Amino acid sequence: MELSRVDAIIERNGSRGASLLAILQDVQDEANYLPREALEHVSKRLELPLARVYAMATFFQAFHLEPRGKYVCTVCMGTACHVRGAARLVEQLERDLEVKSGGTTKDLQFTVEEVNCVGACALGPLVIINGEYHGTMTADRLTKTVEGLKKAEGGTR
Amino acid sequence: MTRIGKASELAAYRAELLKKRPADAKVVAVCCGTGCNAYGAQKVYAAFAAELAKQGVKDWALRSTGCHGFCERGTLVVMFPEGMLYQRVKPEDVAEIVEKTLKGGETLERFLYDDPVTGEKHRLEHEIPFYKHQERLILGQNGQLNPESIDDYIALGGYLGLAKALEHGADWTLEEVKKANVRGRGGGGFPAGKKWETCRNAKSDKHYVICNADEGDPGAFMDRSVLEGNPHSVIEGMIIGALAIGSDEGFIYVRHEYPLAVKRLEQALVEARGLGLLGEKILGSSLSFDIRINRGGGAFVCGESTALMASIEGRVGEPRAKHINTAIQGLYNKPSNLNNVETWANIPLVINRGAEWYTSIGTKGSTGTKIFSLVGKVNNTGLVEVPMGMTLRKIIFEIGGGIPAGRKFKAVQTGGPSGGCLPAEKLDLPVDFDTLWNEGSMMGSGGMIVMDDRTCMVDVAKYFLGFLKFESCGKCTTCREGIRRLHELVTAVTEGRATEETLQLIEDLSETVEAASLCALGTTATNPVRSTLKFFREEYLAHVKERRCPAAVCKTLIRYDINEKCTGCMVCAKRCPQKCISGERKKLHVIDQSKCIKCGICLDVCKFDAVEVK
Repeated sequence: MELSRVDAIIERNGSRGASLLAILQDVQDEANYLPREALEHVSKRLELPLARVYAMATFFQAFHLEPRGKYVCTVCMGTACHVRGAARLVEQLERDLEVKSGGTTKDLQFTVEEVNCVGACALGPLVIINGEYHGTMTADRLTKTVEGLKKAEGGTR
Repeated sequence: MTRIGKASELAAYRAELLKKRPADAKVVAVCCGTGCNAYGAQKVYAAFAAELAKQGVKDWALRSTGCHGFCERGTLVVMFPEGMLYQRVKPEDVAEIVEKTLKGGETLERFLYDDPVTGEKHRLEHEIPFYKHQERLILGQNGQLNPESIDDYIALGGYLGLAKALEHGADWTLEEVKKANVRGRGGGGFPAGKKWETCRNAKSDKHYVICNADEGDPGAFMDRSVLEGNPHSVIEGMIIGALAIGSDEGFIYVRHEYPLAVKRLEQALVEARGLGLLGEKILGSSLSFDIRINRGGGAFVCGESTALMASIEGRVGEPRAKHINTAIQGLYNKPSNLNNVETWANIPLVINRGAEWYTSIGTKGSTGTKIFSLVGKVNNTGLVEVPMGMTLRKIIFEIGGGIPAGRKFKAVQTGGPSGGCLPAEKLDLPVDFDTLWNEGSMMGSGGMIVMDDRTCMVDVAKYFLGFLKFESCGKCTTCREGIRRLHELVTAVTEGRATEETLQLIEDLSETVEAASLCALGTTATNPVRSTLKFFREEYLAHVKERRCPAAVCKTLIRYDINEKCTGCMVCAKRCPQKCISGERKKLHVIDQSKCIKCGICLDVCKFDAVEVK
């Protein structure tokens, strides 16, 4: 990530400690994760110890310190989705993509994540792929959806 | 946009608006709430816009609205002024609806709601049992306004509460909120008026007003729907609060996972500033107040007041001891009044219609209405708003339409990770702040998750402990380590590795975690496991003594089998990732248990109910 982009984000949010959370959110929105050099730059510009920036980046679940895949598959783990079998969907993705939940495939194509609840409980269990909601999901349909995405990528895997 | 210079001019501004929109105007309202959007509501809306233009329809207006609540049947389309509801509308249906219903006045039967129990069809929205028993004081406006239009809100009487409060002054406003006995909807149930008074009386050069929109309970989405569907109601509530408390700066701390809510709030703030409802000298009065939005970072503990305030200050969201509460010393050590979204949305109603009217709704100790997200194993999933004191049975069976697929009700979980599970014997309890607390659960922010006989209560306890283990901020040892150990112990139960002594250990440890943790996350963390142990002990014992999961959920203790209903279609054998299902075409198939990983795909794909779990 270009450090000038980080500077622009800092300008927008204000160069003060209270803006740290918002700055990190905006950095992640652009870079898809929090690159180390961006964190170091934020630390310098805000005159905060790097440890404090790192504490923020690791405390909140929304942040990621590793690059994420082209397709982010988020399984909703809210209570309503859980009682309708969301855990099975996570296991299915882990098997199909050969990656643990929270991880990203080596080719940076897929990330498997869990979210606590997105408030679309009527459609549970729910999987969100790059922001698109797939409701009343089954393990079988999920496998087919993922296969479809893999094929669309020209069978690189 | 011109500023409204005086409170009295607001009424004139509204009168102008109403002239342009007569009460009998024809409007098609498409629900674009989260649930309906997931069904494709945006496409339905776009199709309506295109068809109305294509077919040259001039007398119908189109409106995109927030959540109507009946998520189960989305996409919802309501036709005003009559209020006819079409449900499960798809983009491809729109041309026909425009032609036959809007132009031709014909009712298309297939889009009407049909009662799953009686089979009866209903034309009008308010006739449907789901809506009939509700009292939608807060949510009701969602269907009638475009959340991106302040004029829509004002036309419905919005900001008149603020004008009235400004006219009567801060003391009167505070008294009215105290008399109405509005209790905090975020879960605590603390009287808002009392908190306001404490904050206002705290001597300081600065007072803050904060809205907690960090809705974190899994299975609860009422705040999201209010923010997305009617952001001005929250903003108006906060301005009235600022007047009563004497504050000039407010914050809304909203979840990062709710991007639409953030967008709608930002837009609403801009519009409110434009009309002079926020900023310097609001409506020409001496009140100056503005609001900033802070996006949360997805930490459950930030719903706790001190953690939330730490997060606004740009620090990690760790709670601190509240020897002095935040109303006296909160954000930046200044008096800070924090209420949640739904509480704020109640304030304009209280001021507009008076405390006397407000206290006539609900019960003596719990006034007004409460919004619940009714989800899980229930026919009519969605958001429901009912007067406090309604029984669980009425909410689940009359509004919710009971349990799907003819299965049996087993439990209802309220209060999210801090609440508990109540069994069928408790269905006739009235839902208010105090009753549920006395039963070892709580009303919480309003999640209501219905469970049937295929839900394992031990697994539910494990689920919540797993959630809290992850969300504990780590400051208190009992919370950080205690919940972790509890999760291990309950996991042992679900895997058939536990004894009756384990259950005793769970109970003992639960007491410690409750007694020695600082904030509410820790002190209420054991409610799910304790309430299930209390009401569903038999089920724990079945796991422990017989190594059996009666609900057939716990993976280690179950097996998949194929019964004689199998037609030998071979679909399961083809889809099985382990290739462990054998059998010839048109003959009974068999699962090789030694290779089965219990992924459940065979159960998903079987069309003949031939795969069973035991």
